[in-house]
Order: sequence, then structure tokens, then C-alpha cells
Amino acid sequence: MTATQEPSALNFECETGNYHTFCPISCVAWLYQKIEDSFFLVIGTKTCGYFLQNAMGVMIFAEPRYAMAELEEGDISAQLNDYEELKRLCLQIKRDRNPSVIVWIGTCTTEIIKTDLEGLAPKLESEIGIPIVVARANGLDYAFTQGEDTVLAAMANRCPDKSPVAETEKNERNAIAKLLNFGKKKEDVAQDESEYVDHPPLVLFGSLPDPVVTQLTLELKRQGIKVSGWLPAKRFTELPVLEEGYYVAGVNPFLSRTATTLMRRRKCKLIGAPFPIGPDGTRAWIEKICSVFGITPKGLDEREAQIWEGLEDYVKLIRGKSVFFMGDNLLEVSLARFLVRCGMTVQEIGIPYMDKRYQAAELAFLEKTCQEMGSPLPSIVEKPDNYNQLQRIYELKPDLVITGMAHANPLEARGINTKWSVEFTFAQIHGFTNARDILELVTRPLRRNNNLKDLGWDKLVREDAKV
Amino acid sequence: MKLAYWMYAGPAHIGTLRVASSFKNVHAIMHAPLGDDYFNVMRSMLERERNFTPVTTSVVDRNVLARGSQEKVVDNITRKDAEEHPDLIVLTPTCTSSILQEDLHNFVERSQLEASCDVMLADVNHYRFNELQAADRTLQQIVQYYIEKARKKGELPEGKTEKPSVNIIGSSTLGFHNQHDCTELKRLMADLGIEVNTVIPEGASVYDIKKMPRAWFNLAPYRELGLMAASYLEAEFGIPCVDITPMGVVESARCIRKIQQVINAQGADVDYEEFINEQTLHVSQAAWFSRSIDCQNLTGKKAVVFGDNTHAAAMTKILAREMGIHVVWAGTYCKYDADWFREQVSEYCDEVLITEDHGAIGDAIARVEPSAIFGTQMERHVGKRLDIPCGVIAAPIHIQNFPLGYKPFMGYEGTNQIADLVYNSFTLGMEDHLLEIFGGHDTKEVITKGISAESDLNWTKDGLAELNKIPGFVRGKVKRNTEKFARDRGFKDINVEVLYAAKESVGA
Repeated sequence: MTATQEPSALNFECETGNYHTFCPISCVAWLYQKIEDSFFLVIGTKTCGYFLQNAMGVMIFAEPRYAMAELEEGDISAQLNDYEELKRLCLQIKRDRNPSVIVWIGTCTTEIIKTDLEGLAPKLESEIGIPIVVARANGLDYAFTQGEDTVLAAMANRCPDKSPVAETEKNERNAIAKLLNFGKKKEDVAQDESEYVDHPPLVLFGSLPDPVVTQLTLELKRQGIKVSGWLPAKRFTELPVLEEGYYVAGVNPFLSRTATTLMRRRKCKLIGAPFPIGPDGTRAWIEKICSVFGITPKGLDEREAQIWEGLEDYVKLIRGKSVFFMGDNLLEVSLARFLVRCGMTVQEIGIPYMDKRYQAAELAFLEKTCQEMGSPLPSIVEKPDNYNQLQRIYELKPDLVITGMAHANPLEARGINTKWSVEFTFAQIHGFTNARDILELVTRPLRRNNNLKDLGWDKLVREDAKV
Repeated sequence: MKLAYWMYAGPAHIGTLRVASSFKNVHAIMHAPLGDDYFNVMRSMLERERNFTPVTTSVVDRNVLARGSQEKVVDNITRKDAEEHPDLIVLTPTCTSSILQEDLHNFVERSQLEASCDVMLADVNHYRFNELQAADRTLQQIVQYYIEKARKKGELPEGKTEKPSVNIIGSSTLGFHNQHDCTELKRLMADLGIEVNTVIPEGASVYDIKKMPRAWFNLAPYRELGLMAASYLEAEFGIPCVDITPMGVVESARCIRKIQQVINAQGADVDYEEFINEQTLHVSQAAWFSRSIDCQNLTGKKAVVFGDNTHAAAMTKILAREMGIHVVWAGTYCKYDADWFREQVSEYCDEVLITEDHGAIGDAIARVEPSAIFGTQMERHVGKRLDIPCGVIAAPIHIQNFPLGYKPFMGYEGTNQIADLVYNSFTLGMEDHLLEIFGGHDTKEVITKGISAESDLNWTKDGLAELNKIPGFVRGKVKRNTEKFARDRGFKDINVEVLYAAKESVGA
């Protein structure tokens, strides 16, 4: 290997890991809403509870299906018996909510005191008769959205091997259906099936709001691809069947553990594709899935062009502008790639953790996009150091910084436009349909500042405050 | 283990961080895993702080778990010292470091050798103290540290200020209306001819601390934060402490009389009776309000009060003593200081409730069915569910409780603000009630046709199902835009694909 660097290669760096992000237990906030018959029990301390209470904002008042098992001094010093304590709480949950699954979220504290959650769960499960799924989503190991990854990886092991409906039962049900619908239903089903190409079963993984699930499913249906199931489904009892040899594809960039589990434990075949974020990403995602199944995609050119046309008003605002990702939710590479396609220059992609294998297709796509757009290849900074990043931001003066709430107001006060990164995880950003929503978010600070630009209030901190 | 999803007081380290980041040029370094720096988000969001919150984390990860922090904490301290040149770095333990039992003292001592700033370990046990206790303790610790340091160097100033002067202790960041209270208290002191010697910790420099013994007395208006520091100063220097919260007309007067007594005992010759009279009758509108017909209508109405000690006690007294409202129960979540609360309020309410369990509070509200609630954000939401208006009087609070406008709870302007809050809560409830009796705002049906009223379009079952997934407040707009889109393109049926095509084309 020569020392001369390929000018066309992405540059990867790794800093100190002193950065701000959400604790991965925050995944309960969206997962309890997604999996409607679940209950999430976070086994941790007041610190965890305080974070959830504040981060989830008004959701907390809606009697959420989550709670803290708050550890007390007696639990830490093992004066109380873990098993008995958890049993007491889980029985209470069963009595009050009767969920179909209880998900235990292990935290930093259970890691340090080495509570054997994986060992306790099966015992308690058989005793109380409710499945207990253990996910160790703690701040020692993971950042923010990786919490979902640990939960889904644990859920992947609970997906049925074979369709649980026995043949006889199916017939029976059909008989009743026939009776009610005079056999009409069966024809519908047959007709439905004929819209699909014959391909091996495909299961998608990643938690998305139901409308987005519908949109992506429809998108694949247009190509004749049938989505056999989705991990997670709306209900725990509807987890998809995963047989050996099934194909799986991820919809989010932070699901590497889930992907690994699906490949190694469930013997599924992973379709490594860019993620369906932005019209370019969505198209590449569909094309990749089609190519694996030997299908020639139909009408994607026009579809993508049409979406871009609809976005032009927004793209006009950001074309030629620069953006800096401080990094906190692992969506950064996909978003950066989309923004490069929109004509932005990406100065830095901070990211908590970079799985080069799982994100391989996305990284290659980023590189290709930069080359096609004539945009310099950005550095990807893993485990960034927020302090150093701020120094770089002062130097580079980006037009937009995508960052966490801890830095947003202080940067705005210094005349630097920011967009709060967490919104990208909660907004609908996947598929062709939602490309507009991404740009709505990205351009909001720029549009706001266009409205205020003549007021002369750019910098609102006194210079002497800096020392 | 305890099943919980809401807590009134936060974990201990939040208290320490609140105090540390209230001081100017003090940096806190948390010994904590990734994601525990949520304090920065809260401060930046709730206080809309323009500067970076001076809190960083020395991250505890797998490596730390395996080998201990070793150089990491020391490196982080010396690095922060070089980057920001703070006066003081407070190493802040969290629940995680409590169990790891690393020798943080040792880290502090080692880094003190290299760093040019002072370094201190917040002496707080996560499993024994909550946010409020920890804040009180940390403030005392910092005050003691700098008093002792000055004494060792012989820098403690001799004697008192020439004119009567005060240290105002306890105003901190993320405190409920603390900044407005602080301004109001400074005004009050100016009106009384008392110099403000120091305000601790909000906006103070640690170098101000050595000036503290020059004050004639300390004013510690918050029961939760500042009393430990004040009693330390009392023990060391004999500085008397006035700990009466000047909230409400009667208590403000009591506080001022106590101040009068304290400074006259040290040779001042002041008589504030005239001032109290003038303020009560003419500056504050609250005394007049309690005579007015408005307030007469509130007589005997039922209310419940819940919050921290300071605010819940003060509100209970105001409601019962100054407005003639029937406080059915008053409660606090400051369990560790329950006796004080009981003693303060028992003659002003039927029942005293001491609990940290929001469920118990919700049940107690439902049982009593008061006309108004005065509580925290949690009680506000209970009120919403039960259709009972709520005035928020204490933390935990949301961003709307950090108003930009001037809204103190203390002093004479505070009495006006509280009167508005109480009166508005009750009249809102009354209006709702009257509306119900008379059958709503307007009983006529709307006769103008909306765009969607003349619908010639057919929503298919799947389209309708998808439409219903859209949140209610934008559904109407989405429906109209989709129908317009369908009409323009001559679609008769609107199914899910048309719905999303409309979204793609017009952003419906």
C-alpha cells in the first residue's frame, strides 16, 4: 500500500467520544407507541427516569405504556432479591395493563451491578405467562437510536419460525369466510397475489410510523415486490415469520445489531442497500431490492424526477450552502448524502458509531453522489468531540449546523444557523413521499432567517462573555 | 424496586449542576455514561440560555468499567482548565459513579496539582439525596470552600459594611421564577435602604464569596436551597439569617419586620411600618383585591395545593388567609422536610398530604373535586383530565413556566402576580361552568360551506383509514388539499395512493 491517499476516498476519523446525545433508553418513547400491546420497563435509577420524563415532554401525561423499575439502595447492595422484586412489579403491570409482552430495558446500573436480566427473564416469563424481552440499551455501550437496535435484535429472536396458523385451522377459517362472503374473499386474495412477482419472502426491519410503513410497502408493491412482514409489527403478537433463507432489508442506518442477528441467528439474507431517505436514497433502495430479486424496476426514473421537481422550491434555498453534522443519531450519513444531492456542501459528518459493513452501500452511494455533484468528500468523524467540533464550526462558519439541543441556542446566539437533530428521528423522513418533510426541516432556519434578515440581530452574545 | 414513571424532584446530580452552573465561570464535569448530560438540554431549552452550559461529561464506558477511569477524569479536568480557564471545576458524581466507587477524591487531588483552577468534588450521595438536598449541600460546600480558602490566605475582610447589607442566598438556574424573584428582592432591599452585598449563586463569581461575612444578615427565601449555606455562615460569623419567604402580603410584611428586628439589633435604627403600610395598601393590589367583589365570590371555594415546601406553604397561606378560599388539602413532595411543612400549613387547610407519588395526588384531587388546583405541571395535567383549572406554582415545570415577561412570585409585585394567577384560574373554571349551563358558545350550526362540503369525491376504505391516522389538528387541511388535488386531476375515488400522491405534489 502506498502512502499517497486516493483523492476519491472518504476520510474516516475517530475522536474522544465527548459528545452530547440522548441516552438509548429514549427508544421506549417511540417503540411503545409503535408496538401497541407492549409494555416497556426500564430497570434503572432516578437519573434514567428524569431523562425520560423530560425528554418525552407531554407524552408522559398520556399514561404511557412504560415505567421505571427504580432501583433503590437495597437493590444495589443486593439486600433485596432481584427476582422477587421484578416479579412483584411485573405482576403489577400484568394486573393493570395486561400487555402481550414486557420489554425490560437494561441500563448502566444493571450492567454495573451485573443483574442477570437475560437469565431472570425466561424463569419469570414462564411463571407469569407473559413474554419478557430483554434489551440492554445503556449509555455505557450505545447512543440514542441504537437503543431501538438492541430492542429489535432481541425481538428478532422472538419471531416465529413457521407460520403459526395450522393448515386445518386456515381451512376452517376460510370455510367461515366463504360462508360469510360467498367465496368472494378467496378471489380477492388470488387477485392480490397476482399483482406480485414470484420472489422469495422479504421482511423489512426498523420501526417506522404506520403511514410510512404503508408508503414504503406500496412503493415496493409497484415493482411487484411483496413485503411479507415487518419487524417490528404493530403488535407483538404479529411479529413476522422468519424462516431460513428469507431476505431482509433495513430501513434505518442504526440497525446493525438487528441485521447481524437476522443473518447469524435467523439465517436470513441481508440486502445491503442505501437507506430510503430522500428520493435518491429511496430509489437506490428499491433498485437494490429489485436487483436481488432479478426484477427490472419500472418507472423509477420518472418517479424520482417528479419528486425532485416538487422539491425545487426548497432545494433552491439550500443549493450551494454548507452544512455541518455534529452527530448524535446515526442518520447522519444518509442525510448528508441526500443534502449533497440537493447541492449542499457537507463539511463534516459527525456520527456516534460507524458500522462500515452495514452502511457499506450507503457510504459508496455518498461517495458516488459527491463525485457526481462535484462536491468535496466530507470527513466522517466517529465518536466526535463536541468541544473540538465547536472550534471547527467557528472556523468553517457553516451555513447550517445540525446538532443537539444542548448546542442549538448557544450557536444561534452566535449567529450560526442550527437545526435540532432529534427532529429527524421523530419526523417522517422515509420514502419518496416524505422527502419534502426532510427539506422542510432543513430549510426552516434558513427560511426563518430570510424573514428576519434585515433586523441586524445576528449575534446576541456580548463579545466579552467569551473571555 | 419501585414502579414509577414520574418524579417531582430530580436526581442528586441535577441539584449540584444547577448550583455549579449558576455561578459565573464555574465548570462542572460529570462522571457519567453517555447521555447523562441531559441537564445541558434542559438549561438550553427551558432557560433559553445563550451561552453554552458549562457542564461536560467524563464519559464512563466499557473501558472505564473494566479498568477504572485511571487518567481519564484527571485529563478531562486539566483539559477543561486549559480550554475554558474556569475559576472552579466541580467534579460531579452520578448514580453510576456512586456504584463504581472510584476514588474521585484522589482524582480531584491529583488534578489540583496540574490545573490552575480550583477543583472540588461534590459531596453528594445519589441514593440518599434528591435534587433539592444536593443543591443545598453543594452550595454550602462551595461557600465553605472559598471562606476557608480566604481565611487561610488571610483575605477575609474585616467587619461589616457601613450601611446595613444583605446576602441573598438561594436563587439558581432552573429554579421556578427565580430570576424574577431575585430582581424583585433586590428592588425591595433598595426600597428598604439595604445594600445587596452578594447574590449567591445566580450570576455570582466564586471570588464574591469571601465578601459574604461583611453582610449584616442573610436572606434565604427558599426553604429548599440556601439554608445550609446560611446556617454555615451563622455558625462561623454569627450572621443572622432571615428565612421567611416574602410571598404574599402577610408573609412579606413578616419578612420585612424580621429584617427590621435583625438590623436594629446590630445598631441600625429603622422603622419599616410606614413602608409596609404604603406597599400593602397602594403598591400591591392584593390587599385591595381581597376586599373586592371579585374575591368575595371566591369565598369558601375549594382548592388544593401541591408543590415544593416554599411555594406550597406560601400559596396555602395566601389562599386561606388572604383570600378566604377553602384549602381542602395542601401537600408537598419534600418528604425529607415534611415536619416543617406540616407546622407551616396545618392551621390553614383541612388536611396535609406528604407524598412523592403522583398517582396518590391525582386520586386525592379526584376525591375532593376542587374548583381550582395549584400545583406542578403534573397537577396541571390531572386538572386537564378532570376539567379543573390549575395554576402552576412550583417545579417540575415546562418551558411556559419560564416566561419572558416580568413575573416574580415574591415581594409586592409578586402578590399582584399571584392574585392574577389565582383569580384567572377560578374565573376560567367558572366561565366553563356557565357555558355548560347555557349550552356552549354558539348553538347555531355553521352555514357557510367549506370546500369539502360539496364533495363529489369518494374516499375508499383504505384511503379513509389512512386519513384517520393523520393527527386531528391537520387532518382537515390534508383532506381539503387531497380533494383539491383529486378534483384537479379528475380522480373520482381517493384511495391511499392518491392521498400520498397529493402529499408528494402539494405537500398536503
